Amino acid sequence: MIALEDVTFRYEDMVMRFALAIGEGELAVVFGPSGAGKTTLLNLIAGFDRPDGGRIVIDGRDMAGVPPAERPVTTLFQEHNLFAHLSVEQNVGLGIHPGLKLSAGDRERVASALEEVGLGGFGKRLPNQLSGGERQRVALARSIVRDRPVLLLDEPFAALGPAQRRRMTALVERLRADRGLTVMMVSHQLEEARELTGRAVFVQDGTVLCEGTIREFLAAPPLPEIADYLG
Amino acid sequence: MALAFRLLPGVLSALVLALVIGGALGGVLSVAGHIDMAALLGDAYVLGILRFTVWQAFLSAALSVVLAIPVARALVRRQRFPGRALLIRLLGLPMVIPTIVGVLGLVAVYGRSGAINDLLAMAGTGARLDIYGLGGILIAHVFFNMPFATRLLLQGWAGIPGESFRLASQLGMTGGQIFRLIEWPMLRQIAPGVAGLVFLICFTSFSIVLVLGGGPPNATLEVAIYQALRFDFDLARVVAFGVLQVGLCALIVGAGHRLARSVPVELGLARDMPRPDLAAPAGRIGDAAAIAFAALMVLLPLAAIVASGVSGDAWGAATRAPLWFAALRSLAVGLCAGLLSCLIGAGLVLTARELGVRYRRPGLATAIELGGSLILVVPPFVIGAGLFILVQPVADVFAIGLVFVVIVNALMGLPFALRILMPPAMEVHERHLRLADGLGITGLTRLRLVDWPLLRRPLGLALALTTALSLGDFGVIALFGTRHNQTLPYLLYQQMGSYRMADAATTALILVGLCLALFIVIERGIGGRGHDRA
Repeated sequence: MIALEDVTFRYEDMVMRFALAIGEGELAVVFGPSGAGKTTLLNLIAGFDRPDGGRIVIDGRDMAGVPPAERPVTTLFQEHNLFAHLSVEQNVGLGIHPGLKLSAGDRERVASALEEVGLGGFGKRLPNQLSGGERQRVALARSIVRDRPVLLLDEPFAALGPAQRRRMTALVERLRADRGLTVMMVSHQLEEARELTGRAVFVQDGTVLCEGTIREFLAAPPLPEIADYLG
Repeated sequence: MALAFRLLPGVLSALVLALVIGGALGGVLSVAGHIDMAALLGDAYVLGILRFTVWQAFLSAALSVVLAIPVARALVRRQRFPGRALLIRLLGLPMVIPTIVGVLGLVAVYGRSGAINDLLAMAGTGARLDIYGLGGILIAHVFFNMPFATRLLLQGWAGIPGESFRLASQLGMTGGQIFRLIEWPMLRQIAPGVAGLVFLICFTSFSIVLVLGGGPPNATLEVAIYQALRFDFDLARVVAFGVLQVGLCALIVGAGHRLARSVPVELGLARDMPRPDLAAPAGRIGDAAAIAFAALMVLLPLAAIVASGVSGDAWGAATRAPLWFAALRSLAVGLCAGLLSCLIGAGLVLTARELGVRYRRPGLATAIELGGSLILVVPPFVIGAGLFILVQPVADVFAIGLVFVVIVNALMGLPFALRILMPPAMEVHERHLRLADGLGITGLTRLRLVDWPLLRRPLGLALALTTALSLGDFGVIALFGTRHNQTLPYLLYQQMGSYRMADAATTALILVGLCLALFIVIERGIGGRGHDRA
């Protein structure tokens, strides 16, 4: 579903080089030390950063020159996913029309997406009236109405408490299963993903050092670097 | 004992401030008793001046901000066109060149025999541009404040989280949608504060309005005070205008204090954010037009000054003695005012940080800083007028005029000195107070070992700025200046008044050169090089 073929990207003094393949409907947790290039990896796939070399193929299409809005991808950031001056339903509605020209049918889709993330009836509220977890749910609802097959999450729950974090991880997992999404999630801690079945991707010094299943990695880290990192 | 010692510098500084400002206000109020204020405030002439002051400030603020928005937006959207960094630096220039010099440049471009009118004549149109009057005042205020507003708005843009623009790319927003959903909400928060600042600057505008006003109906309160004092010697009106000025400034500063808080301080985008709205041809043309407008607006007058300043025959004037005497006087006034400003400022800072850090009374520290900025409410002309009234019965005001100019200019520089010195001084104290106390490093030893190395850089900047500002200031010198004590700005004003434009251009060039040279020498000399703050 997602393939990075010898993708290079220069960021300040660092040259990053990624090769990676993620299958359809798969869940991959990208982890590693800060500054390793995890976010850059996601930005390259989403189209926020342009590679200096190599090829990115998503859903069988070469992504060279394809602007972010036209990629089959939707991204959730750690924060600032919502516009503070727009209501919850407007924020979700942006996923259908970026100028907020919404039909009655569109409004229904927004409402049902909010139901799906457990925020039915929250539509009129403003983001500052919500908790951090609820705000991320709104952003998830927007990704539902955008209806793209790939969901990228950049440490989306890092600012939440442990219980919230578990609930949100479960919600993402449910969306993936229900909708057949391909999910890549950047995380500082692999521990967070303990209950998930899926792939673990270890990134260090701007490259994918090692891949395997989450279970394997937690049980017996295959490389000394990973063992060092996990501690 | 220790407490008294720690409070001493601040108390001394405060005493100087209280003496000057109190004395001046006392001077104004001493004559106020005999005056029928109600009648004066209802006077048609006074009301006319008031109306014009507010109206031109309102128009100037609105124009500056409305024009700054497309310029700032174009600079944000176009991150890599040749000369971008240079243009952003150029936008800082109108803030630092002496006002009277800028006015001369504007006259050279937009004036009766200026470049624009030459072009109009060549094109064969009968239309002529007249810079004297409201139009000219607005052009000048936009020249000085549009770049300032642009830079403040750029900070507003920098405060927008990068995620917002990524989101916009992801959702495929057009330029219009980005403006409506991301940029407009930011502008609604930032722009009123920026407009308020520009309004205050234009409300108290003096030299621009004096030179370009073109006559009595077009005068701000400051100009009216000057005219009433210098030409009519009508103390009643001086007091009426002074009271109005102080009252309204207090009001504006009070309101602006809330507005200005919303101006963010974060600087610069870490890296340029991808925006999906850069390819549209209409946007390209619009941005190019906005950038070209800003560049021409700033460059033309500056180029005019340099061009006419270095032109051949004008340099004959440079050998004339009055020019060099004026330059020496300016140098003395600038240095004395800068030193005085930084001395008073340092006194306030030393005590404020003791109160703020050692005694944990940040409220008192802030109060001291606000007290030092009182000049924003009691404008220089009111202080000048007050001192004038106070001293006039006992001494020849014009003989000691330059002393007053130094004092008032020092007070005008004080808010800048405090703004520069206070934050790093607080930070150093916060970080080293306990360590230095524990090691028994106190008093002058502490100043030498801890404060000097860590604070010489901001101190150099503060002294350089206050010196350059008072060197180039054409304000209260208008009240006290004569043929025998003229400074460069005063001489320049005289030359412009008698249409000796070639001489004026030479004077302007020397004035700008002196300001720049002094700024660089002081900043490097005091601040040192390679002495990075720890």
